[in-house]
Amino acid sequence: MSGDAGNADRTEVLNSVRRSLRRGELDADRRQILEARLAQPPRGPAIARAALAQPGKVDLFCTWAEANNATVARVSAAEVPSELMAYLARNNLPAQAVIAPSPQLAAYDWASQKMLSLRHGRAEASDQVAITGAFAGIAETGTVVTASGPEHPVTLNLLADTHIVVLRESDIVGGYEDVWARLRTNYGKDRMPRTVNTITGPSRTGDIEQTIELGAHGPRRMHILVVRE
Amino acid sequence: MQSTARHFKDNAGAALVDTNLQDSLSKLKTGFSERRRQAAERLPEFEALRDRARDIKNHALENLDFYLEEFERKVTALGGHVHWAPTAEDARRIIAELCKGVGARTIAKSKSMIAEEIGLNEHLEALGITPIETDLGEYIIQLRHEPPSHIIAPAVHLTKDQVADTFLEHHSKLGFTRRLTERNDLVAEARYVLRQKFLDADVGLTGANFLVAETGSSMLVTNEGNADLSNTLPRMHIVLASIEKVIPTLEDAAVLLRVLARSATGQESSAYTTLNTGPKRPGDLDGPEQYHVVLLDNGRSSVLGTKMQDMLRCIRCGACMNHCPVYGAIGGHAYGWVYPGPIGAVLTPQLIGVEEAGNLPNASTFCGRCESVCPVRIPLPSLMRHWREREFERHLTPRPVRQGLALWGFVVQRPQLYRAVTALANRLLTILGRAEGRLHSLLLAGGWTRFRDFPTPERGGTFHAQWQRRRS
Repeated sequence: MSGDAGNADRTEVLNSVRRSLRRGELDADRRQILEARLAQPPRGPAIARAALAQPGKVDLFCTWAEANNATVARVSAAEVPSELMAYLARNNLPAQAVIAPSPQLAAYDWASQKMLSLRHGRAEASDQVAITGAFAGIAETGTVVTASGPEHPVTLNLLADTHIVVLRESDIVGGYEDVWARLRTNYGKDRMPRTVNTITGPSRTGDIEQTIELGAHGPRRMHILVVRE
Repeated sequence: MQSTARHFKDNAGAALVDTNLQDSLSKLKTGFSERRRQAAERLPEFEALRDRARDIKNHALENLDFYLEEFERKVTALGGHVHWAPTAEDARRIIAELCKGVGARTIAKSKSMIAEEIGLNEHLEALGITPIETDLGEYIIQLRHEPPSHIIAPAVHLTKDQVADTFLEHHSKLGFTRRLTERNDLVAEARYVLRQKFLDADVGLTGANFLVAETGSSMLVTNEGNADLSNTLPRMHIVLASIEKVIPTLEDAAVLLRVLARSATGQESSAYTTLNTGPKRPGDLDGPEQYHVVLLDNGRSSVLGTKMQDMLRCIRCGACMNHCPVYGAIGGHAYGWVYPGPIGAVLTPQLIGVEEAGNLPNASTFCGRCESVCPVRIPLPSLMRHWREREFERHLTPRPVRQGLALWGFVVQRPQLYRAVTALANRLLTILGRAEGRLHSLLLAGGWTRFRDFPTPERGGTFHAQWQRRRS
């Protein structure tokens, strides 16, 4: 806790760590080495399968996303609203959804779909379909990355039975490391978004007899619209 | 949690004749371990990643004070709070005070082995605060008042039918009066029941797979999404993590994530990997107003700098238990405390004492499969051997075993005597078992012959005798 008791506990833990490591606080030289490592994080072994030109990355993303039980539709920007409507119809879902209040999503011509009713904001328990953008896609595993903020409430990723993601091809990168680099560029090195979700397919559980069942707590279905530019 | 590790042998005996348990365990061989093998084969870099994962954790442990302070600084800078808990009691007190501070009545709890370690649920219940386990496996065993039997699949000891009975018993008062027979129906019913609990909870409590010093983020890896609902919907998010969970950077996390899911369930990636950094920001439409991280030591710092430090690299994937022939035969409950399997046999004597848990490191054939699959290359057999030595030194080993070992030691240090004794034993066993080539009972070997015959020696005398003949 805060206050003196909390400080004493803090000192106790840190002193115990140092005593066991048979040293006091790190000296200035050692600190400098560790600070340099934090400033320039070394990357682990490169993953060959994601080392592709951009079209290859997009293909790999789609392959892995489908392998992880998401569905993928590759569309042009103009086709986004109609593909959404077609998907809802195919799955007997209402033409009604909550959508992230983001400028990227606002740019699509949703008004072209007369039957579609959209609400902007965070998800509520009663929402069946949620539509969001994505901060990035990871080709290596078919993973969608979202960053929280006023334009992307986290509940949209979680509460509705169906999560529809609109992901631009140019936002697909090779691996996690490329996502971290983009986060640092966009948000500043010391200022991560409150929540970064990396999502690989719909929610699942293997807790009953080690057999995978989809839709444990999060969305039962994840549909990704990969948008050509 | 109350330990029954002392009664390991009785526990194991009971487990071997539990038909439901044996039925469930029979699926382990074709389940997690086979899927891990396939995932490792799909990724040519897997072995190189394991080496790097080991090195990252070693580096973090050797500089643990630096990275903990760095992590705290970052969390605080973004409006979060870090609490230091030297002991289990401190952690329970801190969490209870945080809950009371917001008048919490219910807590949505995501699976945390450390919460089991410190007995958090019992403590909160005694204070009138209701913790609700939201991971499906944890929810099932909470209803059944059982401890977890596996660190990533807490209800792996149960069959579908047992789960169906448990749900019928507890959900019928909520209007679910039909006994379900399909797994997907069981999952759907739990989803429905728990969804309302998420929405009503005052506090969300999660563990952490990693704490990232660079960014002050807690990182959570799950498949169900329950941890994410726990850290998004309630107005306070508490992260309970032990100190060895801290790693330097996001790049290090990427390496560890690549080995974690593959080693655990054979997935390329778990469904949800989430970084949480501080509370709700200005303009956010959801998220918790308060973000707290409780850093638990509970004896871990004293392991640093010792031969046993390697155990702190563990990233709790469960691969060692999925591949252990002993775990595969008896399941997790027989181990008697929070952490079962090979890693449990190493951690438990450290955390609750070799006097209580000395039996666990003896429950190994040292076949080495655990070490061969450990994503951070913990030398589990040699750590178990360490505990066997400590147990022997402290005279905790039973007298007949000690006397037997003393006699053995006396004989093997005298080559002439050893040859004479083994030659005599060889002839005696050959004569006694000549009728069938095996023995149904044997003096001083009742523990063996109770369950299986004792083979008589091969023809041709002792190894030494055969060797002599071959050389001449």
